[in-house]
Amino acid sequence: MIALTGKNQSYVLVLYGLCFPLIHVAHAQFILKMAAVQGGMGDADIKTDIKTEPSADGFGNNNANDGRVLSASPGSSSSTGSNKQTAAVTPEDQQTLLAVLQFLKKNKLSESVEILRREAGLPENSLDPKANESAGAGSGGAAGIVDLEGGDASSLLSRVTGSSSAGAQAPTKGTVQSGCCPAVAEDQPDVSVVLSAYSQQGDPTLYKVYYRDLKKFIETVLDCHRAELSQVFYPLFVHMYLELVYNNHESEAKAFFEKFSGDQECYYEEDLRILSGLTKKEHMRGNETLLDFRTSKFVLRISRDSYQLLKRHLQERQNNQIWNIIQEHLYIDIFDGMPRSKSQIDAMSGSLAGEAKREANKTKVYYGLLKEPEIELPLDDEDEEAENEEGKPKKKKPKKDSVGSKSKKQDPNAPSQNRIPLPELKDSDKLDKIMYMKEATKRIRLGPDNLPSVCFYTFLNAYQGLTAVDLTDDSSLIAGGFADSTVRVWSVTPKKLRKVKSAADLNLIDKESDDVLERIMDEKTASESKIMYGHSGPVYGISFSPDRNYLLSSSEDGTVRLWSLLTFTCLVAYKGHNYPVWDTQFSPYGYYFVSGGHDRVARLWATDHYQPLRIFSGHLADITCTRFHPNSNYVATGSSDRTIRLWDVLSGNCVRIFTGHKGPIHSLAFSPNGKFLASGATDGRVLLWDIGHGLMVGELKGHTDTIYSLRFSRDGEILASGSMDNTVRLWDAMKAFDDLETDDFTAATGHIHLQDNSQELLLGTYTTKSTPVIHLHFTRRNLLLAAGAFNP
Amino acid sequence: MAEERRQKHCSVVLPTESMKAMAESVGVGQLQEDSCVALSEEVSYRIKEIAQDALKFMHHGKRRKLTTSDIDNALKLKNVEPLYGFQSQEFIPFRFASGGGRELHFYEEKEADLSDIINTPLPRVPLDVSLKAHWLSIEGMQPAIPENPPPATKEQQKAESTEPLKVVKPGQEEEGTIQGKSQGTTTPDGKGKEKGLIRLKPRSTHELSVEQQLYYKEITEACVGSCEAKRAEALQSIATDPGLYQMLPRFSTFISEGVRVNVVQNNLALLIYLMRMVKALMDNPTLYLEKYLHELIPAVVTCIVSKQLCLRPDVDNHWALRDFAARLMAQSCKTFSTTTNNIQSRITKTFTKSWLDDKTQWTTRYGCIAGLAELGSDVIKTLIIPRLAVEGARIKAVMEGPVVSNIDKIGAEHVQSLLLKHCASVIAKLRPQPDNVDQYRTDYGYLGPMLCSHVMKARTQAALQAQQVNRTTLTITQPRPTLSVSQSGLSGSSGPRTPSIIKVPSSLTLMSPRPGTPSQPSPPATKYIVMATSAGAASTQQVITLSSSQSASPVTSTVPSATSTLQPLVKLESGSGAGLTASRPLQKYIVVSLPSSASSSLETKSSVLPTSISSSSLDGGMKLERSESPGASTQSPH
Repeated sequence: MIALTGKNQSYVLVLYGLCFPLIHVAHAQFILKMAAVQGGMGDADIKTDIKTEPSADGFGNNNANDGRVLSASPGSSSSTGSNKQTAAVTPEDQQTLLAVLQFLKKNKLSESVEILRREAGLPENSLDPKANESAGAGSGGAAGIVDLEGGDASSLLSRVTGSSSAGAQAPTKGTVQSGCCPAVAEDQPDVSVVLSAYSQQGDPTLYKVYYRDLKKFIETVLDCHRAELSQVFYPLFVHMYLELVYNNHESEAKAFFEKFSGDQECYYEEDLRILSGLTKKEHMRGNETLLDFRTSKFVLRISRDSYQLLKRHLQERQNNQIWNIIQEHLYIDIFDGMPRSKSQIDAMSGSLAGEAKREANKTKVYYGLLKEPEIELPLDDEDEEAENEEGKPKKKKPKKDSVGSKSKKQDPNAPSQNRIPLPELKDSDKLDKIMYMKEATKRIRLGPDNLPSVCFYTFLNAYQGLTAVDLTDDSSLIAGGFADSTVRVWSVTPKKLRKVKSAADLNLIDKESDDVLERIMDEKTASESKIMYGHSGPVYGISFSPDRNYLLSSSEDGTVRLWSLLTFTCLVAYKGHNYPVWDTQFSPYGYYFVSGGHDRVARLWATDHYQPLRIFSGHLADITCTRFHPNSNYVATGSSDRTIRLWDVLSGNCVRIFTGHKGPIHSLAFSPNGKFLASGATDGRVLLWDIGHGLMVGELKGHTDTIYSLRFSRDGEILASGSMDNTVRLWDAMKAFDDLETDDFTAATGHIHLQDNSQELLLGTYTTKSTPVIHLHFTRRNLLLAAGAFNP
Repeated sequence: MAEERRQKHCSVVLPTESMKAMAESVGVGQLQEDSCVALSEEVSYRIKEIAQDALKFMHHGKRRKLTTSDIDNALKLKNVEPLYGFQSQEFIPFRFASGGGRELHFYEEKEADLSDIINTPLPRVPLDVSLKAHWLSIEGMQPAIPENPPPATKEQQKAESTEPLKVVKPGQEEEGTIQGKSQGTTTPDGKGKEKGLIRLKPRSTHELSVEQQLYYKEITEACVGSCEAKRAEALQSIATDPGLYQMLPRFSTFISEGVRVNVVQNNLALLIYLMRMVKALMDNPTLYLEKYLHELIPAVVTCIVSKQLCLRPDVDNHWALRDFAARLMAQSCKTFSTTTNNIQSRITKTFTKSWLDDKTQWTTRYGCIAGLAELGSDVIKTLIIPRLAVEGARIKAVMEGPVVSNIDKIGAEHVQSLLLKHCASVIAKLRPQPDNVDQYRTDYGYLGPMLCSHVMKARTQAALQAQQVNRTTLTITQPRPTLSVSQSGLSGSSGPRTPSIIKVPSSLTLMSPRPGTPSQPSPPATKYIVMATSAGAASTQQVITLSSSQSASPVTSTVPSATSTLQPLVKLESGSGAGLTASRPLQKYIVVSLPSSASSSLETKSSVLPTSISSSSLDGGMKLERSESPGASTQSPH
């Protein structure tokens, strides 16, 4: 169950969201958490306490965000926290809150407890375990759920299907067994209960027998069910192993591992390696990955028939050990219809916590583009005349086609124009838009017969130190982040980079003159490149603002820095991640930006706020890449837990979870129409996703190493991918998506039938000599720019 | 520490002994076995954890290689103080030792002598990061420029030539796409099919595109034309361009036909040009010539042993051509000789057979000996030295007997100096020290006394060379270029190749110092400044002027063949045929070194060279025109 994955981060969030004055408590918590991670055994208890917070909403986080809105206008700098205290405390929140209070009390932070309690308006005795329980039951009851902790065997059996998201999406379970009474093991707010999930003792020697039994059974069922039921093996194996380890049966655990680890799917190999290192109970405490595995539910999708088979078998065998694990740690998403085939299952599995629940991808996503503001300026005509004078008769017509018509009618799938407050267009932005339109008319129409040219920017003498690259939208500047903590900016046009004059010199300038913008620049500082110092660790992410005035960089030192490209100095260091920040990106409309890092949360910031506006938490491992949707209403994050999540910027909720990658995801790209998402991972595959339906719609195989960059051409016809294997590959995105639209995919079951047509879709492969491709960019005229550091 | 680092790769637990060893190193004497086991398990687990985190940093650093800084960062993540002192090295500096059943990894800490550190010249300032753009693809086609990988790699060409019928190869698919691309992306399929159909005739030549045809025409014309600057450019292009694979059959035919015609017409200059083309082809690192050896080897051998190569054998320096061709031959033997084609043994047999023939003329005799001598000291030892006495007698007959013809005499002279040159160094190694003239006379007959003096000279030189190394290193390494866009390793993406790296005055050619050479007169007093421009940015030059002690020999020095891809260019500024014709006592050498780490030692050698190895001036001339770009694998014709 993903609900349990928010943990510490959502704690911070909850605290933050509910009681602004208490923010220092959140920091204290964070520090505590760090201490727990770093301190090893001594502090481990604190740590695990935090981890097992039973949040009840469907996505494990962000209820608190509901109470907050983005500050009304990006221009206004009013405090974002001002309206939070008025937020209503829902029952679900209350539960969470109780857990927080309990934790605080345990750690003798009584003052904070007091403040928090007062803020939330809870009664004095709310920390009493009894009251606690009733509160929990009450909230459960609201969703029509009866707590049957410790019921008899038959009701235990029925629990498994019922236990689920009670919070925001309570009635979503349509799969509860009709014969059994719907019962749910609502997790107690008492944190120690979940911790001891493994304390139940079985005979350690029998584990092998149980597992072998089940294996034999699954091997003998009908072919059509076998593939589905085989999904059970991996989570079961891991949990049984962890149970053995947890209960100090070291040698049995080892024997168990050796015997059955070879049976697991190859894409779990990485996790198995981690698992094999873990042989002692003490090890489990510090290991976040495994804690996640224990506290979150592994999601399986199984057809009703297959599930019945499994259930019957286990009932017959009285195999309570396995049954308990299935109940406690697995979430089985049952669907009606044909069992899925092996290839279908393999396509979707591979993530750390199983597949996404179907409900997780049901929310409506407004993937359409925002209406472009109408810019019809006299200036435009002038320029066109100038063009005509030069003897280029091609003009208006294509412009009307490409830009005008699109912006006229509102896309039904688009969010309302002010769903997210966006910054107003400045004059310079309008000029840039005009430039963009002009360039767009000269854009080359790409296609399988008309491939883009690729210009490669090679970083020489980087000594393996180049870690991030970005290009401005108009392709005039290129920036590199380096392992030596520097950020460098180059101009790739003849126009050199200049700083603004010093304050004293600026005073001398005639402010009324027409070319004041030109006069403020200091000619003496003109150079082709500039270096910016400020970070204290490798720079892993870098992003230009759309107006080319700012540059963002995220670094190992835990900060995101905003640099001015007028003065080439650092303006702000956004602190909050505390751990390496792997990626950052500006919103396509500027002002907002998103960052994600080792602390497993992505944060949404506005450049004029030193604290994040939103915290997106839910990933089970590092967030490795972050991307804004073209309409700026959504953010996609890729993670080492091998899932991709799409977050709603407005509510902070996770609205899509995509599983299917078999390795950490290192690159994401939205198609220009906002409908599709492409993702690349260490497994060398590119996967294509339909955002509206929440389905995988394509798989592009060909790369042999990590894909570090993905980019759609400006009109979305071509997808370019760049990889560690020193190649740039071009894919026919039109065809990949076209084939799809004729298909009526059975959205109801969420099944996909992927045909293996990677070879047909591959349009070109271009090998560099020895330069991994880490960034790709289509210019406004559809010339592909690639960048990477030569690796001798 | 040492053990830990190594074992993190395997999924095993550290041995308890290492725990003990480490405990001892921090002063804990008696560690109980139980504690050791517990410790080692714990430590192994933590190390694995850190390794996993370090991998994360490696991935985000976009590298394939885990560095010590990744581990430092991972430690930092866990709030552990990173290990200090391991940053600088490229590799992890642990060394392994075993003995007494114990294995140990340790960090070697050498005692550093401060004065050494002070005296060593400062290392070069690392080059700054720079940005360079090139076309990876133009409308779907990958242009064959040096920045891009060659259309067909050498390995592929080799595989194709050695196993021509085995069509389905592992790299097949890729090769197909690459070829398809170079032909235009629209027809990759057709191309592939064609390939399948012509399985029985895999060596059929491809049709060249218009651009390629133009290129071919330009290049061949420049190579045999009269403009030396153009020629240098063309040869440079042949030696470095990666996209010549498809034109190779044409070039090969051009050379073999050209040699056939020009040998008949005794056109020495053209023969030399053609041989230089062969050399350039061999120098090209992206070409695999084996398929075309059947055309190239006869051409080269012709230039070695042909009875007559020029119109006026008494004046023209065809000897230099023979030397040069012989070196080419030796080089191709080294590169292409396998047990199946037996090039080396076949060539050896051919040379030996005609050498043993009494009726062989002096010119051919010279070629045979040169060809054999270039094959290496083993060949000299087994084939040439035993015949010194016989050959000596033959030379004596010509030199001291009644004058038969001037041509014969010159021939004999050349053979004599050739034998002395090659045999001296070999004999110096073979024979024990006291060099007795009488002993030499009995062993080697007529040539004995001269050999003796040459051997002695070779010995003193070897000693001198050893002495001089230190001193010269210092003086020469200092004026290193400090700024350059590309390094040796960067050939691939280095700057736009300067078309002609060496500014060659048109008259500066390979021809001999002897005046009267018909084709290339070399103006005596010109001074040539040779620039080595490393692609793109800065250029440096070093000029070393040495006065030669060998006024007797018209022969300039050459650089010993180097294993490195770079070598300094030694230029003969103006050759003086002191012994024979004009007298110019002073020889100037302009040594231009390219920026390279390897160049220092070479420069050292070159500075002492005038007294050591000597070869014909042709060689000097050859070098003169070699315009080397960093990374182009170059071999001296040795």
